[in-house]
Amino acid sequence: MNAPAPQHSNTSAPAGEAFVWFTGVGLLFGLGMVVLLVGVILTQGLAVFGSPEVVRVELKDGRVLLGPLAQNRLKPGTPPAEGKMERQYQVGLREVNGQSYQWVDESIIKSESTPPSVMALERMENGAAFVLPQELKMSNGQKIAATDPAFTQTLQREVTAAEALREKISSIERGKIGSVNSDMQSAKIALRKAEDRKGDVAAAKAELEALEKSYQALAAEARQLRATDAGGVLSAKDGAGRAIEIPVSSVVRFWQPNAMSWWDKFTLALSRGWDFVSTDPREANTEGGLLPALFGTFVMTVFMSALVTPFGVIAAIYLREYAKQGTVLRLVRISVNNLAGVPSIVFGVFGLGFFVYVVGGSIDQLFFADQLRYNNNTPVFGTGGLLWASLTLALMTLPVVIVATEEALVAVPRGAREASLACGASKWQTIRNVVLPASAPGILTGVILAMARGAGEVAPLMIVGVVKLAPTLPLDGSFPFLHADRKFMHLGFHIYDLGFQSPDSDAAKPMVFASTLLLLALVVFLNLGAITIRNRLRERYKTSTF
Amino acid sequence: MTVTPSRIQVKSSTPSDGRTDYIHIKDYGFWYGEKKALDAITLTIPERQVTAFIGPSGCGKSTLLRNLNRMNDLVDHVRHEGDITVDGRSIYDPTVEVISLRRRIGMVFQKSNPFPKSIYENVVYSLRIAGVSDRSVLDEVCESSLRRAALWTEVKDRLQDSALGLSGGQMQRLCIARAIANRPEILLMDEPCSALDPIATGKIEELIHELKTQFTIVIVTHSMQQAARVSDRTAFFYLGKLIETDLTEKIFMNPAQAQTEAYISGRFG
Repeated sequence: MNAPAPQHSNTSAPAGEAFVWFTGVGLLFGLGMVVLLVGVILTQGLAVFGSPEVVRVELKDGRVLLGPLAQNRLKPGTPPAEGKMERQYQVGLREVNGQSYQWVDESIIKSESTPPSVMALERMENGAAFVLPQELKMSNGQKIAATDPAFTQTLQREVTAAEALREKISSIERGKIGSVNSDMQSAKIALRKAEDRKGDVAAAKAELEALEKSYQALAAEARQLRATDAGGVLSAKDGAGRAIEIPVSSVVRFWQPNAMSWWDKFTLALSRGWDFVSTDPREANTEGGLLPALFGTFVMTVFMSALVTPFGVIAAIYLREYAKQGTVLRLVRISVNNLAGVPSIVFGVFGLGFFVYVVGGSIDQLFFADQLRYNNNTPVFGTGGLLWASLTLALMTLPVVIVATEEALVAVPRGAREASLACGASKWQTIRNVVLPASAPGILTGVILAMARGAGEVAPLMIVGVVKLAPTLPLDGSFPFLHADRKFMHLGFHIYDLGFQSPDSDAAKPMVFASTLLLLALVVFLNLGAITIRNRLRERYKTSTF
Repeated sequence: MTVTPSRIQVKSSTPSDGRTDYIHIKDYGFWYGEKKALDAITLTIPERQVTAFIGPSGCGKSTLLRNLNRMNDLVDHVRHEGDITVDGRSIYDPTVEVISLRRRIGMVFQKSNPFPKSIYENVVYSLRIAGVSDRSVLDEVCESSLRRAALWTEVKDRLQDSALGLSGGQMQRLCIARAIANRPEILLMDEPCSALDPIATGKIEELIHELKTQFTIVIVTHSMQQAARVSDRTAFFYLGKLIETDLTEKIFMNPAQAQTEAYISGRFG
């Protein structure tokens, strides 16, 4: 180490040193992009669950705004040197203000204050609200003033009671009535069929009537429950002092952002984050949770992986182990590789044209002919659904799995195959016992890549089964549990829909980032799962001294 | 390697007569694509003796060994001429299945290649793929094979452990146990000690002595001392041709061909 440097190294730098820097910069650039991407999605996405300080802004023209600051930017069209700024406040109360967000010129702001009593509300309808609470009219007719120390506790109790009632009603309407509805649908088909074929019309009619009766009973029960809504009302004032009446039954949760410690804000964010992944969306998807989209994406990705893995592995085994290596095989391989470069929308169109119309249509003709005939030609499998979406994406990701599997098969050391063959094993026995276990980690790498691509795909899904709002999940408690024919929601499409199809784009923007964050988290979660399995396999089948 | 004939310990015992020749190689030629690897080899290998193939790298000795159980079928673009018979039947006979041929001819490779399975499953692999699932049979074969491979006492308490946890010498003996578990007639060994230290090599050589009472053994080796120590007959190959074959003693003490003498005395190779 301490020996004097050789003479020649003083005169010229070793060749290639500059190139090392060059490649290092390339890596740095790539890493920087990743960090930037994750950083932007993370900060913007997590901001949705934050509870920023609510400001009361008095303007010189007499208007008063109440809401958190959303954006602060240079006024468009003015030279930067003048420094004219404008601010965007989330004013909420869409039913009063018309819009959830308002821009104001910084120069017309007269004064700002942060009233400690201000209350932020998340509501079932019309978005958020920022108000100064006055008094709570309770269900039993009592009134409690906002200055009373028991005010927030009482309000919380009322909100919790209203939520329990909502859940009860929803379980009747969506659960029981939903299942009666689907039974009625079948009964109607049975009745039309009986009429058409001179069957037992009376029995079919009786069944339909019985169902109709139970439907009426359930509907009445739901109506009755609705009527028990205690009718608690929160009286409040908006920034300008206008009286606002907010029914307690429409409040999802409330908090007092200007009087909260950071710990309170943290637990509130956690609770909102949990609701985000565990509840259904509201208000054209711009509010509420993402459970159906999250679940749909997950089920579709797992389904797709389960379809693509066996197909890809079998094809790769044939290509690599059995087929005669030659010109024809080289052409096949080039075609497979090129398949990976086909735009995904092409696969979507193919999926629609072949899977949905041809395969699904044939399935309907063969197995659901009655349904078609007596239910206004409503298709079952002849329309987009989970199965066709998964199959389309499986086809799209097939080349990835084939290429990865082929590479994994080639990498199995010759010694391992020869050891098996020398023991008198047939080719298939050797592949099954030695080659496949040894190449399993490499195959899983392919599956991981396929999953990552499939989970994030949007364009082909839009035409083979993904919808803006699906009434039911593709997996539930009713037979046959996995409903491969159902349409489903998908996070990628959800993001597109929020970003481009929302009536109130300002209100939808935070949700776009939050949904993106969730999609990112889901892909990372799925990949981590597959990587864990791969590492276990690697440990188990690690080769010795080959 | 500079080895003079005088420094080699030649086995003093001459192979007993009366044993039949088991493998006949007749006018055998073999090509890798356009390259001729073996040229008109005619050689007989006697039953239950150790025959060593020696010669410089690329002389075709491994190729010939790997053709005895048709392992070279796996290589693309190969062809052969002439014939090899084992126990009177051609290995290229269309009615001979390669799988059953390989069951009769066990093979041990240069690099030990145990499967990433337990020691037990490695030994009984050939029985498993033959469809044997009777636990008592498998247990018995496992023990007897490991005993004959002189590995039993070292591994009997950890048969279910991964074979990859064994030492290099143990792995190679495990591969021998795996090769003989099927009770083959012939055992082919392709430089079985080239990756082992002298102590492990000594154990394997002892084992070869034991095994030749039951198996016909063909061993390819780069070490002339090893050939002298373990083999009864030696065949010297050079550039794809069989130069000379005879009793090991004769080859090392008094070779008939000048090339053989030059090689074993270390003047080339």
